[in-house]
Amino acid sequence: MCGIVGLYLKNPKLKSKLGKMFKPMLIEMTNRGPDSAGVAIYRNPTKKSETKFSLAHDDANFNWKGLVAGLNKALKCKSTSSKIGNHCILVTSGKEAAVVKWLKVNHAGVRVVGSGHSIEIFKETGLPANVYDKFDLDNAQGTHIIGHTRMATESAVTTAGSHPFATGADLCLVHNGSLSNHNRLRENLRKEGMEFQTENDTEVAAAYMTHKLRTGSTLKEALESGLKDLDGFFTFLVGTADGFAVVRDPIACKHAVMAETEDWVAMATEYRAIAHLPGAENAKIWEPEPSKIYTWGHA
Amino acid sequence: MNELDQSAVGVRGINSTLQTLPANTNEKHWVVKNPKGQHNIAVGLSAPLQVEINGHVGFYCGGMNQHSEITIHGHAGVGTAENMMSGLVWVKGNSSESAGATGNGGLLVIDGDASSRCGISMKGIDIVVGGSVGHMSAFMGQRGNLVVCGDAGDALGDSIYEARLYVKGKVASLGADCIEKEMRTEHIADLERLLKAAGRKEKPSDFKRYGSARKLYNFSVDHADSY
Amino acid sequence: MESTPRTPPRKSATFDDATLAEIRRAASTGIYDIRGAGAKRKLPHFDDLLFLGASISRYPLEGYREKCGTDVVLGTRFAKKPIELKIPITIAGMSFGSLSANAKEALGRGASAAGTSTTTGDGGMTPEERGQSKYLVYQYLPSRYGMNPDDLRKADAIEVVIGQGAKPGGGGMLLGQKISDRVAAMRCLPKGIDQRSACRHPDWTGPDDLEIKIAELREITNWEKPIYVKIGGARPYYDVALAVKAGADVVVVDGMQGGTAATQEVFIEHVGQPTLACIRPAVRALQELNMHRKVQLIVSGGIRNGADVAKALALGADAVAIGTAALVALGDNDPHYEAEYNALGTTSGAYDDWHEGRDPAGITTQDPELSKRLDPVKAGRRLYNYLKVLTLEAQTIARANGKSHVHNLEPEDLCALTIEAAAMAQVPLAGTDWIPGKVRF
Repeated sequence: MCGIVGLYLKNPKLKSKLGKMFKPMLIEMTNRGPDSAGVAIYRNPTKKSETKFSLAHDDANFNWKGLVAGLNKALKCKSTSSKIGNHCILVTSGKEAAVVKWLKVNHAGVRVVGSGHSIEIFKETGLPANVYDKFDLDNAQGTHIIGHTRMATESAVTTAGSHPFATGADLCLVHNGSLSNHNRLRENLRKEGMEFQTENDTEVAAAYMTHKLRTGSTLKEALESGLKDLDGFFTFLVGTADGFAVVRDPIACKHAVMAETEDWVAMATEYRAIAHLPGAENAKIWEPEPSKIYTWGHA
Repeated sequence: MNELDQSAVGVRGINSTLQTLPANTNEKHWVVKNPKGQHNIAVGLSAPLQVEINGHVGFYCGGMNQHSEITIHGHAGVGTAENMMSGLVWVKGNSSESAGATGNGGLLVIDGDASSRCGISMKGIDIVVGGSVGHMSAFMGQRGNLVVCGDAGDALGDSIYEARLYVKGKVASLGADCIEKEMRTEHIADLERLLKAAGRKEKPSDFKRYGSARKLYNFSVDHADSY
Repeated sequence: MESTPRTPPRKSATFDDATLAEIRRAASTGIYDIRGAGAKRKLPHFDDLLFLGASISRYPLEGYREKCGTDVVLGTRFAKKPIELKIPITIAGMSFGSLSANAKEALGRGASAAGTSTTTGDGGMTPEERGQSKYLVYQYLPSRYGMNPDDLRKADAIEVVIGQGAKPGGGGMLLGQKISDRVAAMRCLPKGIDQRSACRHPDWTGPDDLEIKIAELREITNWEKPIYVKIGGARPYYDVALAVKAGADVVVVDGMQGGTAATQEVFIEHVGQPTLACIRPAVRALQELNMHRKVQLIVSGGIRNGADVAKALALGADAVAIGTAALVALGDNDPHYEAEYNALGTTSGAYDDWHEGRDPAGITTQDPELSKRLDPVKAGRRLYNYLKVLTLEAQTIARANGKSHVHNLEPEDLCALTIEAAAMAQVPLAGTDWIPGKVRF
């Protein structure tokens, strides 16, 4: 059970303020999710020939520079890295699949938290305010951002169990609710080659989406199948390269609210998170209907 | 007229002030500023006050209200006026899920839309919605009236007991044991009273009445599919 | 010639007599079997645990002179007015509706005399119960029958019910026979109909929303009252952690032996874990959150004697609750009415069709004639006696293990007679150092 929040800027002039605008939204959801927090921010798009990875390691002193050097040598590519907290943003000309494979073989302790051209995912156990500071998000700029505060239900409180979960290039998922058939789905997805790091139900939903997308579904189709195949209570917020998507299960017990002004579109589990945004009081406010897929940007 | 600024005194400050006013207080009129979507504003009131809230509120605004008139100049979150005993809660905007849940009495008016489960397990409250209501509205409704000037979502009145439902617009589907019923003069009179109290201009004759078929009142295996 | 030897008729263990009778009953009526009480089948329970007692290394306390304390304070986390009980045994929630008014009054009398609390049930608070009970815990259930802010403020504590051991995931059930005028009025239902019940709360789902609901209840009651959260034996480790995160002062965990007034037989016997399996996971969740003894744990479901009380406390509970046992103390299923039980097709000790409202003992009925049979003063005295015995037995055991307060009982004072009990209670199998499965929990 958790809090989810998302902010998409319609007004490009606000890009430099994205992190500042989003911070109080995430922190307002602390009670709903005191165990861990995570954020996916879309910024600094790479060239088409490059891929950006969000990597994490439990050792705060991990030698990222060494990893980059090794990667460049092995794959004969060019890579740069910037360390933020215990995460590292790696931009590389290496092919995505090759990089992932190389990391798996040579640095098993490194977690690939996300990848794409503009997405950066940061997540960690601890209070949302602390997580935000740790990853220096106060001053962050970008086009859109989604976030999550976690109250673990049937799995452990770990960093790996935190949301957002990456589901594909520039794609990620956060979830409020509790699935009821994720254990069988996990086994089926394992047979299709998906790998799992946790017992978490959301990880299963993310893997389900990833698998659908990899086998040719559009995001909309994947979410529509999800409505049929996933059982339980869920509100999903999906981050995409251009914006985000929202969907609620048919029973719709987990609250969700959307708001829009000329400058931004926001989504949150509770309105009080949105209340911090400039112009919130006069925004158009509505609830997403159950079983309906809403998208912003060009998702 | 007295003012309470939520950003200054918090929800606890608002509630402890309003809850401790005696029934015969002269300070009846209160304005709450900057609600900012916070939860539990003006819950458990028991004096006959007039409380106006300028902005959007979170969950359970007006919860367990007794005797007070609470007006929300904005939207309301989940469970607005839940378990209200008497008095009035008026939402000028929309209300979220479970509006008026388990309400025992009083009147809840929502000028805009209410979401799913409006009037769930209602026990005597009257609810008038200017817009539409979502799915499972009046689920297990025991007593009271739900008036919907717009449309109703799926499974309206599922497992309903004796609550009365009046809908002007389309009903997406009726729930278990809920059927359309005859509008008689007493129903028209009731509906007229409710619409007037809610400041609505709609005509009672434009509404249809729905209520319990009473087939689930004692178990019969032939109705097992409805369970 | 000798005739072929006949093999004796052989019944099936799978399709035994009870099973066959049930299939026939289902085929005849087309409805599931409904009954009261908790799980009746044999389960790993406190009887499979033993205390070690005093020895050369551990010295007992003298009875009488050397005190063994039994008091407990519930609700110290957030409530302005925690409840101080004299004994760590409370009366579990049972509704007026499922029980007669005389029975509720008797429970109040006995519990108050013993310095402990009673709990309302799925039907609201009666003036009799509030009048008789020194400490009254007011249940907040999915149905919200009779719920109102005045009673909320009259209560000494509020128990948010998410589930109970007999039917984790089931709502209340009261059949038409027991919806008398008074019950109907309290529940806002037509008289004589079958009450269908919601299994989820109408205006919140999930611990994140429960947090907001608990805050609402505190706001309505000026943050005075302890808020309990009650769960059945589903996923005690996660459920207790989530109850703590949602802001509970006290968590009540009810195992499958816990009784109900009425629900489907299959629910009682096949959903929810035995009490013994729930305690250590619940305690571990509290310990990991550094909340053991700060958020109190009440355990219920099959508590019968002072040994059960002591064992539950030794495993980490702060208190226990009794339901079925309290009713038996009042006179439920007493052999005195054997002829009438026979007339109902049953026998004393087996009578569980409480939903029919024909209880000869006058306890689980609304019938005025039957109800008269229970004298609330005498029955209250019996409950008091029983509570005293539970307390004395627990103290005797605690003293024998060297404890000056029952809360100092610990898991290391116990051993187990079976592998299942050893694994569930996380104590060694007697005669060994072995605690099976001590990896995950």
